[in-house]
Amino acid sequence: IVAPGKGILAADESVGSMAKRLNQIGVENTEENRRLYRQILFSADSRVKKCIGGVIFFHETMYQKADDGTPFVQMIKDKGIVVGIKVDKGVVPLAGTDGETTTQGLDGLWERCAQYKKDGADFAKWRCVLKISEHTPSALAIMENANVLARYASICQQNGIVPIVEPEILPDGDHDLKRCQYVTEKVLAAVYKALSDHHVYLEGTLLKPNMVTPGHSCPTKYSPEEIAMATVTALRRTVPPAVPGVTFLSGGQSEEEASINLNAINTCPLVRPWALTFSYGRALQASALSAWRGQRDNAEAATEEFVKRAEVMGVALLG
Amino acid sequence: MAKRLNQIGVENTEENRRLYRQILFSADSRVKKCIGGVIFFHETMYQKADDGTPFVQMIKDKGIVVGIKVDKGVVPLAGTDGETTTQGLDGLWERCAQYKKDGADFAKWRCVLKISEHTPSALAIMENANVLARYASICQQNGIVPIVEPEILPDGDHDLKRCQYVTEKVLAAVYKALSDHHVYLEGTLLKPNMVTPGHSCPTKYSPEEIAMATVTALRRTVPPAVPGVTFLSGGQSEEEASINLNAINTCPLVRPWALTFSYGRALQASALSAWRGQRDNAEAATEEFVKRAEVMGVALLGGGAEGCVPWGGRDTKGCASMGWWRDRGGCIPQNGRDTEGCEPMEGKMLRTVSHRVIGLCLMGQGMPRTVVPEEVTQYCLHGAQ
Repeated sequence: IVAPGKGILAADESVGSMAKRLNQIGVENTEENRRLYRQILFSADSRVKKCIGGVIFFHETMYQKADDGTPFVQMIKDKGIVVGIKVDKGVVPLAGTDGETTTQGLDGLWERCAQYKKDGADFAKWRCVLKISEHTPSALAIMENANVLARYASICQQNGIVPIVEPEILPDGDHDLKRCQYVTEKVLAAVYKALSDHHVYLEGTLLKPNMVTPGHSCPTKYSPEEIAMATVTALRRTVPPAVPGVTFLSGGQSEEEASINLNAINTCPLVRPWALTFSYGRALQASALSAWRGQRDNAEAATEEFVKRAEVMGVALLG
Repeated sequence: MAKRLNQIGVENTEENRRLYRQILFSADSRVKKCIGGVIFFHETMYQKADDGTPFVQMIKDKGIVVGIKVDKGVVPLAGTDGETTTQGLDGLWERCAQYKKDGADFAKWRCVLKISEHTPSALAIMENANVLARYASICQQNGIVPIVEPEILPDGDHDLKRCQYVTEKVLAAVYKALSDHHVYLEGTLLKPNMVTPGHSCPTKYSPEEIAMATVTALRRTVPPAVPGVTFLSGGQSEEEASINLNAINTCPLVRPWALTFSYGRALQASALSAWRGQRDNAEAATEEFVKRAEVMGVALLGGGAEGCVPWGGRDTKGCASMGWWRDRGGCIPQNGRDTEGCEPMEGKMLRTVSHRVIGLCLMGQGMPRTVVPEEVTQYCLHGAQ
């Protein structure tokens, strides 16, 4: 999945998330439109083989097919790309906290993983969410999210599925770069302690963290090099070398920001024993989405937009 | 020291301890290339050579960093099966401040865990990790680099796997505690045991197996920000300690920290028996120490392009060196800029054996040129190098 030059296409938007995407281009959020849209992405030709190592599916998409009847899973595997599946069931509130959450989805996860493995998935993704504010993330939120990530990872591995561990710290807020770095270090330390406690095999996991960035409303501007240095430093202080790869989420970043920052990270002069690559949704799809606008005639052009964006990301990895 | 001097029939007096340390510290400048730091006991910090030169100064004059042991020994943990924690936190702040003034720049604190049917217990792991983190925090506040030593004893009949499992759990707890206590990892060192079978384990393992188990355990727990891992020798002989260290440094897994030694017995045993308490033997004893130190330094280089090192009475016949470095030299163009005006910065060694920076472009901001090691195609099985 994280072979040199490759990253992940996160195409696992839930029905609710797809509503927001399709709404932006004035397209109705039907199952067929979602199928047509994913078809645009999955019709990419073999040029994507060198820059996409894995694709994350949403449950519905795992069982959809192209116009010619080819299952999407097969289209992806035929390109030599690994299929992944989002397995969490969304965030739920943590009572007694200031709007903090944990993530549900552990019930029957064993059986679901076994089934997804049979159906072609070899990795999975589970997203936890933390936020920075005056009193958050709280000790409870950090501990609970780290624990549920470790339980998910453990269950995945028992079913031959590689778990991508995603402890996303949202960029919302006016905090500066230092604060984000501090929080990221505390969260990741807790995540790796929980993974150790739950006997998770680190060599068979991937980490999907946020880059270390200032909050969206932070008045100070930082260069890509500063963001890269803060990000790599935080990872060096917390992520054991046994972890093969770190696949950054794009959060609220634009396609351009996401690739500039990724490039800066890959040129940072600190020693980095893990692959540092992307697991991008919006940052890989935005151009394709607006090129498509729901029109069949635009499908090829939209696919081309996606391929170009994917190639650019692959190049960003080379530093 | 009582045990050590007893072995060679020497009385354990302050003067004899001074004479013995003088033998070690009188080593000439050959040790500069293989000894980066010396850990002192409190008494020794304030002792002098025959000519009145303080030991601390003798060491610093050789360009070697002075360290000080600051823990006050193990104490029992009630309710456990013979487990311990380590004391020494009281007044540690003031002691560190004083040692810093007196010339120390790093410190050492040893915690001890043991493997048996029900140990180490969760309490022992948690408590020792916590006290190590408190010690480390206090050191750093006083400009002292803390060496963190969570020693898991080799006593017992457990196999290599068990030791690896326990080592991973202990180190995970140590690094969580260091994070919780806000310790600056880039300013610490780790002094762990190698992963070995218990002393009474019936199964024998090769140095390569020990190296693989050790490096795997570290890769799963020690963040890259830690600059170095300085192994304790535990009960190993001088020979074992250097063979294993060499195997660790030739292990083909990516290792972003320095992997070196912090050896007591394994560096001093020959010197001690050459001395036997006789002033006339002092020079010869010092020479034994210097030779042992140089051998340890060579063990760190791994295979090297220069070839194998004869060892333990065996020659290098049949050995094959593992070529590790391959120069490629120079800057590379980056970000649309060319290399005009760039100046390669030769030789900045990164803390990993698998990559070596050989050119760093300062003008055009090209990226450091790194080298990927050649594939290991041969391994010396005869001379055990």
